[in-house]
Amino acid sequence: MMPSTETYLSKSTAIAARVLGDETIIMSTVDSTIFMLNPTGTVIWLSADGQTPLSRIIEEKVCAEFDVPVEQATADAQDFVSKLAEHGILVVSDRPLSPKEV
Amino acid sequence: MSLLDEMNQKASAQGIPLTAHLDITWRCNERCVHCYLDHDGEGEMSTAEIKDVLTQLADSGTFFLSISGGEPLLRRDCFEILEYARKLGFNVKLKTNAVMIGATQAARLRQLGIEQVQISVYSHLPEVHDAITKLPGSLRRTLEAIGHLTAAGVKVSITNMLMKQNATNAKAVMQLAKDMGVAFTVDPTITPMLNGDRSITQLSISAEELEEIFHTEELVGNVGEFCAPVSEADDDFLEGHSCSAGHTLAYISPFGDVYPCVSFPMPCGNVREKTFREIWYHSDELTELRAVKIKDLPTCSKCSHGSYCSRCPGLAYMEGNMRGPSSADCAKSEARTGIPSAWQTIQRQTQPNWTYPNLVQIKPM
Repeated sequence: MMPSTETYLSKSTAIAARVLGDETIIMSTVDSTIFMLNPTGTVIWLSADGQTPLSRIIEEKVCAEFDVPVEQATADAQDFVSKLAEHGILVVSDRPLSPKEV
Repeated sequence: MSLLDEMNQKASAQGIPLTAHLDITWRCNERCVHCYLDHDGEGEMSTAEIKDVLTQLADSGTFFLSISGGEPLLRRDCFEILEYARKLGFNVKLKTNAVMIGATQAARLRQLGIEQVQISVYSHLPEVHDAITKLPGSLRRTLEAIGHLTAAGVKVSITNMLMKQNATNAKAVMQLAKDMGVAFTVDPTITPMLNGDRSITQLSISAEELEEIFHTEELVGNVGEFCAPVSEADDDFLEGHSCSAGHTLAYISPFGDVYPCVSFPMPCGNVREKTFREIWYHSDELTELRAVKIKDLPTCSKCSHGSYCSRCPGLAYMEGNMRGPSSADCAKSEARTGIPSAWQTIQRQTQPNWTYPNLVQIKPM
């Protein structure tokens, strides 16, 4: 199921991750799957603080930095979030998370 | 190209130390007959110093981190260091003999998200394993620990280091690993001590035993493929480097010394005197190492084993010249293919009774 844009993203603790330039390496400590995020994915990843809704990340970060229409950015971001959530890399919530929960 | 290869290529192009090996102690509760370390703990980095090094590595882009020793769990702060490393986002592997790992420690390692625990098992026979570690009961304790780790859901890999004492045990250890549901690798290379003493290389398995290992399907997979002579090295290969040491890989000793690799004891600086970044990007030694391309190697660049050789520049360095051959890797290439390396051919023509070299010209640490 696609996440709505009023969802909140946080990084799983069961991962290893490193931002290298404008890309990000992520490895699941559960199944050792490796992901390489492109610059757009990296922007979403870095904004996944459990507090900022996906819609704001898309508007203020993705659209602003990559000059992409909001409709296209939303569709791409939802697909991206959905894939990472399936692998347990991103945790999706329908409410903001407190710092203790992140 | 796999994602991992792509990452390494990008890291290499950008000069990022993607992988680091950090020994947090050289002290050990075993006294393995082939160990390349002394076990002096005097002057080890403090917890705060190690955390600072980890922060610097993370800032430099290091992703893969091996925490090792000595026996890392001998440090009371080992779990604190592991926890800190995981908080910094490293993919952490722990190398340990595991004799101090019980159910509690195994559960903690799982909870911390340690990627893998790498454990040496020398034999399936206690009398052989324990004679190598010189710790009575060590095989039993190590195997019990592997049981705790797998039960907790921690990935384990057994390394079977081969030497004269256990040369015939590889298949049995592989079966043991299979029975326990863990990964297995076999390593036939005994490395000289980091202080340059080569005496322990006398424990290396014979050329005949090495040949048998390399022709055992269970250990190497497709023997025909593994042992096939390779085609001549192409220009791309000759423009490249021997390995990742000093390019995307760094080693840091418990005393803060930075080397290109644990098997390459060329001191490049100390993190107590300079930042890691200063050492990594500006040390004369690493600059020199990075300038060496395969085509610059006087003998190896012309060797028929070319791109399939596992030439270790660190072992070559310990034999006197990092641009020279590594005799252990020449022996491996010959055992695999039956064809002597260029260097072996020269040695045999000029010195018919030649054995491993004694000349060691490494800088004092």
